[in-house]
Amino acid sequence: MSAHDSHPTGLSRWLFTTNHKDIGTLYLWFSFTMFLVGGAMAMIIRAELWQPGLQLVEPHFFNQMTTVHALVMVFGAVMPAFTGLANWQLPLMIGAPDMALPRLNNWSFWLLPFAATLLVLSLFMPGGGPAAGWTLYPPLTVQGGMGMDFTILAVHILGMSSILGSINIIATILNMRAPGMTLMKMPLFVWTWLITAFLLLASIPVLAGAVTMLLTDRHFGTHFFDAAGGGDPVMFQHIFWFFGHPEVYILVLPAFGVFSQIIPTFARKPLFGYTSMVFATATIAFLSFIVWAHHMYTVGMPMAGELFFMYSTMLIAVPTGVKIFNWMATMWRGSMTFETPMLYAIAGVFLFAVGGVTGLMLSITPADFQYHDTYFVVAHFHYTIFAGSVLALMGAAYYWIPKWTGHMYNETLGKTHFWLTMIGFNLTFFPQHFLGLAGMPRRIPDYALQFTEFNQWSSVGAFILGAAQLLWLYILIKTVKGGEKATDKVWEGAEGLEWTVPSPAPYHTFSTPPQVR
Amino acid sequence: MSISSLHSLKGVFQRLGLILAATFVPGIAAAEYALNFQRPVTEIAGDLLELHNLITLIVTVIMIIVFCVMFYSILMHRKSRGHQAATFHDNSTLEVIWTVVPFLILVAMAIPSTATLLKMDDTSGSEMTVKITGYQWKWKYDYLDQDVSFFSSLSTPQDQINNKADKGENYLLEVDNPIVLPVGKKIRFLVTANDVIHAWWVPQLGVKKDAIPGYVNEIWTKIDEPGTYRGQCAELCGKDHGFMPIVVQAVSEDEFNKWASVQKDKMVAAQAGAGKTWTKSDLVARGEKVYGQSCAACHGPSGAGVPGVFPAMTGSKIATGPVADHLNIVMNGKAGTAMTAYKGQLNDVDLAAVITFERNGLGNNTGDVVQPSQVKALR
Ligand SMILES: [Cu+2]
Repeated sequence: MSAHDSHPTGLSRWLFTTNHKDIGTLYLWFSFTMFLVGGAMAMIIRAELWQPGLQLVEPHFFNQMTTVHALVMVFGAVMPAFTGLANWQLPLMIGAPDMALPRLNNWSFWLLPFAATLLVLSLFMPGGGPAAGWTLYPPLTVQGGMGMDFTILAVHILGMSSILGSINIIATILNMRAPGMTLMKMPLFVWTWLITAFLLLASIPVLAGAVTMLLTDRHFGTHFFDAAGGGDPVMFQHIFWFFGHPEVYILVLPAFGVFSQIIPTFARKPLFGYTSMVFATATIAFLSFIVWAHHMYTVGMPMAGELFFMYSTMLIAVPTGVKIFNWMATMWRGSMTFETPMLYAIAGVFLFAVGGVTGLMLSITPADFQYHDTYFVVAHFHYTIFAGSVLALMGAAYYWIPKWTGHMYNETLGKTHFWLTMIGFNLTFFPQHFLGLAGMPRRIPDYALQFTEFNQWSSVGAFILGAAQLLWLYILIKTVKGGEKATDKVWEGAEGLEWTVPSPAPYHTFSTPPQVR
Repeated sequence: MSISSLHSLKGVFQRLGLILAATFVPGIAAAEYALNFQRPVTEIAGDLLELHNLITLIVTVIMIIVFCVMFYSILMHRKSRGHQAATFHDNSTLEVIWTVVPFLILVAMAIPSTATLLKMDDTSGSEMTVKITGYQWKWKYDYLDQDVSFFSSLSTPQDQINNKADKGENYLLEVDNPIVLPVGKKIRFLVTANDVIHAWWVPQLGVKKDAIPGYVNEIWTKIDEPGTYRGQCAELCGKDHGFMPIVVQAVSEDEFNKWASVQKDKMVAAQAGAGKTWTKSDLVARGEKVYGQSCAACHGPSGAGVPGVFPAMTGSKIATGPVADHLNIVMNGKAGTAMTAYKGQLNDVDLAAVITFERNGLGNNTGDVVQPSQVKALR
């Protein structure tokens, strides 16, 4: 070991680190913190919706809660969590000593706490935080106080962090693979992240453009989105969703990668249809750029547009189905065990499929006229983002934490966390399908009496779901601090380079590249 | 799908819901659970329900198959039963099957969807037109053929919302002036908005359309049976988005015509007095009512506003400063804020009254009186 290997300790270790493992840890703890912050806002929302009438909060504050909950969860919790996983795992999985651009890596992370602070501070500005929904539709967003400007700036910084992170990921995957690790030998998690990184590069700048135009409309007298000044409010929606739809795949493709790592391990059987998985992922990524207006069927598009976006959106069901069938075929005739990561992966696949089929229903333009902007949509995207992305993240944490810490987590506690999360999640969101079908609009702080019962189910579920995550925090801390010693391979059926290094993974791994056969 | 199979499907869902309810939450099992669309009262809404039931059925069957296969595998192919792992990891035939079969199912779903969509789009042959305009937070209805127009806003008392009074049967789904429509006539709606984006949605009619400033969207309906149908604004439009319901009253053509002529008389009566000089107390009394309907949502019933969001009326620079500035902001609004131009919303008397009230009520005491003629001069 050379002098170059000595590294500072304490605060300066974390501030100045260029080590992919340290930065991965920072990302993961940051995203966990944001997960709890966004979760607390969800608790406020569900407490207010416990019964008809206004009990806890004012409508304006309620709108801030739904808006900031979404922004925090999407940009603060889920995206950084996957980047954290990428930081930890990509070099270990492709046999690289570190990320390709370590200093950039440090900066990508340290942008995040500033952005998050701005976003949360916006709630304390005169007039409060953003209250126009995470989609930030003008003209409503032109009305807000300076909290909206804080939000716009926060979105810019978060976007910058994502772009830098994706550049780093692409550079790492394309340049740093160990000898013999050809593209078609890469683990699926690496593949899905490579494709996600390109999605980020292509879509985030579009969002940045949209919010910049909002900013100049608000303060510098432009009228991009103001019909009275010759602008067009619908144009914002087109631009936003051109980012927004790839964004939902940015949130879920790495989750597909996680499922594709966990399921073969615990089925003790290789992933079924590797090649078709890669092509399905690429197809989804491509399609995600030509379906954006399915979020806008009710704005009054020409018939040709309504039909095109309906057909293109329905098509996404095909590659998504291929993925689900491949995972099922991987499980089929395996020799399965059901440790916590496997439970999360199976539940994630099945519940994501539920979100997938409701997505198919929403793609049907005429039917969407009844579903659009109701609780049916709220249920749908929580089945995709929570069941797809968040369950995958939970599974990934249990799957790789023995490698990160050298300790096994407590299996009983892990399974308890799993079942509480399952009960809480389904009780919260399944009844919301019915609320939406029966006519309850989304984003309302108070509702008509016939919606009471299902809202109460939903609130009870949400409190269980929220409490279960405190248990998760306890499990994580406990595992970091100690626990049964993990073996290098950790799982009997584990395959891949990350399982060839010791547990916990040493500070520097693969200083000499491994040979992949 | 026939009507009877529709009902039986609905019955299955309802029973399923009741069983779930009884299992999870004993005691509330008797409560009414709505599990599907509200009962359609137009042909289009009926088509949408059929389409929805069809696609729900298809995806439910798919999910049941997926679940059964996964569950069988979980049950049988587990290590604890001593099951040995197979080694296969590819099968081109299977991959082709599960690409092509879903595609064919999609085509089967796309055909009825396209047909329904084309039908919904056809506004030709409409017999009357109503322009619907979204405002923060109320609706305006202009009957272009009958020359009738009015605002429609929430009539649920604030005390019910704040839990100080028992909630009525139609809590949050009741308005002061419902939109009255004749049954059996093809009605064209022109949907737009004055300030931010709203969406006009009445589930039982199967109509939902965004109301966007600068756009005029077209949609139509033909209501089959008389009745009262309730809906809500569906696009987040600010603070009181949850408090701008829609109530449609469908009546026979005769009743509709009678109603329309009464409305016309009312509008003439409301204009009355625009030429005369009003006393301060009459203006204040009338202005208090107008304030409650048009201003209180933001500036507060007592004029306190919402700090940082909506300015207070009590002691405000506008309401206690020069009358000309006050007239200007009320009539023309303030760009970039929720303060809209009221000159198109209120008549001369109402504008004069509300300004007089704001200057002499809500804790202000300027003594100024604004006459309708002063408002008229600024139009
Ligand atoms: Cu509205």
